[in-house]
Amino acid sequence: MAEISLHQLRKTYGKVTAIKDLSLEIREGEFLVLLGPSGCGKTTTLRAIAGLETLDEGRILIGSRDVTPLPPGQRGIAMVFQSYAVFPHMRVYDNIVFGLRMRKLPDEEQRRRAAEAADLLQIGDLLDRYPAQLSGGQRQRVAVARAIVMRPDVLLMDEPLSNLDALLRLHMRAELKRLHRELRSTTVYVTHDQVEALSLGDRIALMKDGEIVQVDTPGAIYDRPATRFVGSFIGSPPMNFLQGTLRRRNGGLVVETAGAGIPLAAGGAPPAADGGDGSVLLGIRPEHIEALSAPAAGSVAARVVVLEPIGPQNLLTVQVGSELLKVTAPADFQADAGEQVWLRLDPARIRLMDPQSGRALRA
Amino acid sequence: MTLRRLGLYSASLVIAAWVLLPILLITLAAFTPREALYTWPRQIWPDRFTLETILFFARSDGVLRSVWNSVLVAVLTIALSLLISAPTGYTLARYRFRGRDAVQLSILAVKMFPATVLSIPLAVAFIGWGLYDTLLGVAIVHTALSIPFVTAIVASVFVGIPFELEEAAMTLGASRLRAFLRVTLPMALPGLAAAAIYTFVLSWNEVFAATILTLNNRTLPALIINAVASATAPLHYRFAGGFFMVMPALVILFLIRRYLLTLWGVTVR
Ligand SMILES: Nc1ncnc2c1ncn2[C@@H]1O[C@H](COP(=O)(O)OP(=O)(O)OP(=O)(O)O)[C@@H](O)[C@H]1O
Ligand SMILES: [Mg+2]
Repeated sequence: MAEISLHQLRKTYGKVTAIKDLSLEIREGEFLVLLGPSGCGKTTTLRAIAGLETLDEGRILIGSRDVTPLPPGQRGIAMVFQSYAVFPHMRVYDNIVFGLRMRKLPDEEQRRRAAEAADLLQIGDLLDRYPAQLSGGQRQRVAVARAIVMRPDVLLMDEPLSNLDALLRLHMRAELKRLHRELRSTTVYVTHDQVEALSLGDRIALMKDGEIVQVDTPGAIYDRPATRFVGSFIGSPPMNFLQGTLRRRNGGLVVETAGAGIPLAAGGAPPAADGGDGSVLLGIRPEHIEALSAPAAGSVAARVVVLEPIGPQNLLTVQVGSELLKVTAPADFQADAGEQVWLRLDPARIRLMDPQSGRALRA
Repeated sequence: MTLRRLGLYSASLVIAAWVLLPILLITLAAFTPREALYTWPRQIWPDRFTLETILFFARSDGVLRSVWNSVLVAVLTIALSLLISAPTGYTLARYRFRGRDAVQLSILAVKMFPATVLSIPLAVAFIGWGLYDTLLGVAIVHTALSIPFVTAIVASVFVGIPFELEEAAMTLGASRLRAFLRVTLPMALPGLAAAAIYTFVLSWNEVFAATILTLNNRTLPALIINAVASATAPLHYRFAGGFFMVMPALVILFLIRRYLLTLWGVTVR
């Protein structure tokens, strides 16, 4: 167990900048998820922590020890690769104790730890098999077992579930969560699946173009996205965005959008939007919009495009002006395409952003 | 579809016959009694089989020694060419570096260069270096001939083994070298063995350099070609010699045929 600090990491491949000026503090025992779209530098960051990439700039500290110049084997890390990278020419048992052999631990200790890990991952009856005789999920467990027998300070995982089918992924996700609760080693977990990130992470670091955009708890990152990108990356369907204007009226703040004025909840007054004309970007999640069949005060007129039943709810796509919005409606809500509806936006849940930079105007 | 298949099969049949028929005839002749070889009209299938031709050949002057020479040269060639090609192949497979293309191209260029052109200067140079008429000298030339192929095979073997496995070993505390020795090498071993066997066959069958560069220390092909060329050798001697030449390659190829196929699979993929 150890905390990790990344100080201004920078890594380029020729002309491509994979990560630029990335800094992050990861707490002791924390499960931190690196989340982001494909190519944003998650794997590069993880491999840099592991010592598999040499950085152009920056320092990495694990447990307040500067490991930047150290090879992977001396950093106190263990890694689970996306492809699992189990050794095909070794039996499961030999795979699991490989690292312990490299450390020259006594045979007795090797057997004890292997048995313990095999127990934890329920692969005790597979120890004599070769990896080719295992299913994908079993191979993945072997890769995890091989990592945890090292009792690493830091456990690194690169999309460990991405090669599993949906059901198994769900199961293994719960297993990994349990494993972390039992082992409590600092874990850095890479994924591009937001559901995985939201369900596993103590905190999520959302990356884009080699930079970290926001680090927060899953709840905070969902409710209070720091930028338009975060809002549109997290959540399915993602956050809706509308153009609006911010006005001061009767001592309160009102945001006008699509011909309606919505009084904002009192609270930390937002700074005047850039440009001084008060134009803002209004972000709101589909579940914070209520669809009404009759006009109400402060409601926005919209036209139904399509209504999709998604199990417990209906997903409503509506058009406001030229923009399409997603709205979750109760399962008994009925509307035909082309029909007029009115939308009531929950003022407490509206997130105002700068239309130019996309940054949130309130913390 | 079936017509295409028919064409494919008949083409394979023709090619197989083209290769196998001479081998079959040589083998039959090598086990035919000596008198039967000189009778006319010749029977293709002899009345009885005998070992006397083979034994006669094996006992004749210089044959056993030349077989031994051939084995020594082949083993030396395997050692030398793996020593050079294995690191080269590994490097080509694992690293992108400046001049990588040049290395690959030069390997190809060597493959294209006809050995015949080199033979006289080579003989002169070898006399100067004291390598003329030595087994080491022949082995060096065979090494040069085999390096392009062996490097290509070795590189394809290493390309087929994910680098991530070595990286995984390194995160588990292995040094770069140990990761190679414990993970990559064991997995590459079958492929390297195939490369070695390939080299053996190449060296065993090589006539030209062996003839030019030796006088007393003949390898088997050099000895036989000499006897055949000077037309002093009796017919049965030639057949037995041919049989000796063909057999090891055939046996070895038969043993490793699965291997070569997977190897090609790796290369093609
Ligand atoms: N070995 C390499 N050579 C050149 N460019 C590379 C190399 N590895 C990564 N890159 C580039 O660096 C950037 C970040 O790559 P990285 O693998 O870290 O992305 P990622 O976030 O893990 O993406 P994914 O979710 O697709 O795995 C990408 O633009 C990628 O093209
Ligand atoms: Mg990746």
